[in-house]
Amino acid sequence: MQSGIFHTSYRADMALRRTHAEKIRLALFLVFMLAFPFFANRYYLTLANQVGIATIGAIGLNILTGYTGQISLGQGGFMAVGAYTAGLLTARMGMPWYASTLIACLVTAAVGAVFGIPSLRLKGLYLAIATLAAQEIILWGVTHWDALTGGVDALVVPNPTLGEMVMNTDFRFYWVIWAVAGITALTTVNLFRTRYGRAFVAIRDQDIAAEVMGVNLFRYKLLAFAVSSFWVGMAGALTAHYRSIVTWERFTVDVSVLYLAMIIIGGLGSVSGSFFGAAFMTLLPAVLTNMGRALKSTFPFVDAILPFVQQAAFGLVIILFLIFEPEGLRKIWKDIKDYFRLWPFSY
Amino acid sequence: MDLFIQLTLTGLTNGAILALAALGFVLIYKSSDIINFAQGEFLLIGAYVTYAMIAQFGLVWPLALVLTLAVAVALGVVVERLVLRPLIGEPIISVIMVTIGLSSLLRAIVSTIWGNQPKAFPPFIPSQPIHILGATVGADRLWAIVVAVAMLGLFNFFFKRSKEGIAMRAVADDQQAALSMGISVKKIFAWAWSIAAMSAAVGGALLANIVGVGPELSSFGLRVFPVVILGGLDSIPGAVIGGLVIGLLETYTGGYIGQGLNQVVPFIVLIIILMVRPYGLFGQEIIERV
Repeated sequence: MQSGIFHTSYRADMALRRTHAEKIRLALFLVFMLAFPFFANRYYLTLANQVGIATIGAIGLNILTGYTGQISLGQGGFMAVGAYTAGLLTARMGMPWYASTLIACLVTAAVGAVFGIPSLRLKGLYLAIATLAAQEIILWGVTHWDALTGGVDALVVPNPTLGEMVMNTDFRFYWVIWAVAGITALTTVNLFRTRYGRAFVAIRDQDIAAEVMGVNLFRYKLLAFAVSSFWVGMAGALTAHYRSIVTWERFTVDVSVLYLAMIIIGGLGSVSGSFFGAAFMTLLPAVLTNMGRALKSTFPFVDAILPFVQQAAFGLVIILFLIFEPEGLRKIWKDIKDYFRLWPFSY
Repeated sequence: MDLFIQLTLTGLTNGAILALAALGFVLIYKSSDIINFAQGEFLLIGAYVTYAMIAQFGLVWPLALVLTLAVAVALGVVVERLVLRPLIGEPIISVIMVTIGLSSLLRAIVSTIWGNQPKAFPPFIPSQPIHILGATVGADRLWAIVVAVAMLGLFNFFFKRSKEGIAMRAVADDQQAALSMGISVKKIFAWAWSIAAMSAAVGGALLANIVGVGPELSSFGLRVFPVVILGGLDSIPGAVIGGLVIGLLETYTGGYIGQGLNQVVPFIVLIIILMVRPYGLFGQEIIERV
């Protein structure tokens, strides 16, 4: 019987996984992720890949919004930068996909840092509006710079290859996406054990106090934008190579909102929360679609209103989570764990 | 010269509608410090309800307009009571997100009831072309300017003279002090939301009269941001002047430069204003500096 988790050494306190239960859960999760593609059919593999890309993007946004406290509505624009850079480098210059992905991440990080400059003077909702403007400007650039991006036409990207193997199936790309997602999660968790990550958190909690303690706001805010955009660009670049096609519709302001919803529903300032949120917001429309299909035979009108039901559900889950569980799925998961750990004296 | 006058007139009318949407936006921000991302959807609902009253129920237009305003008031009160009130005191990102969620929900409700296809609107304001200084402009567009100016006057009168208006300003200034003077802050918030919904509904009805009803009307919600940042987030005259300036800017760049630049210029202006003068032209200079 336990009354909580207590540590007796700094080493235990700093550990990434503190208890045996956590280690076992992580191992089970890894085994599941490794075994999953061998049993799942194509539909579930596609969903898993979408969740993986969304996880990378959500972790990226969470670094900026959840950990550093800079609200960003520019996620879609930054993903567009990553996707178009990767797509163009591969399609026009014949660069291998992994090289173009890496360059795309760096380019997006630079663009993110540039659009992060307003954050030096603005915060809160003013910054949110400034990043919204960044989103609109980037997307306008993408759709109107015809010579470079092809304008509103779709950009076709050649199938990624690894040696002789063409990575054009969901099964093969699953490993790429989830390996990257794993790296993203691991580096982000570790980032917040370093002085840089702690500086980000200090800025979020109280920027003036952080500056008094010697955190250079200018440098660290731009760094937060750059690090965040790096992973967001990664999500964009992987989308380009996974779909083999880049269109601007995939990066509208709705996408920015979707990712914000992911990290709020999952849990702000949490890597596992990013995963929960990404999975939830990707699977919700899929579940609704399946329910709609099941109901179609009995209620034919369901088919016509299905997109609206999805949209309504999207809005409704955001509102309900914010009102009833502002800390998101991560908190619910923690409550469940605590309930069993402390049972029968959970008070 | 003809082109210039033509563009000016079009710009002013577009700006007037932007100003109407921005008025409600500013009103909510002024009294409760909430950024309402669902303002475009309020506009959308105003347009569709007017459409339903006139085209589907066959009411005469003054009655339809009154009923639309009543629906808008109800909408504002319900939204404030159910969605915003539980979030009082929550961090800013929660408040932003909840209005974004609300916008999605409202858009879905509108699409479920009226479908996703744009519809022709039975015009209740005459739209025959009027010739001014060699330029041609629809009468309904001129009416938009008249209504926007009238609304500005009405709002100004409301805030200067009426008891509720003064109470609203008091709440905007200092909620604690207003509470201790016996003002019900909750009631004031409900007032602010219903007035905002009303002004958006009027804007929606006018807009529907000019371009017809369709789901894309809600895009006005995002176009409001450059307007309110330019005018100042908490300034009512700023909303109107910002609306007219942005409206003119859009049509001038569209007319003289083209290439779709008119869609992005407002946002470039927005960024510049935020960098140089974040409180806008007429806003209070109380923005927190980093």
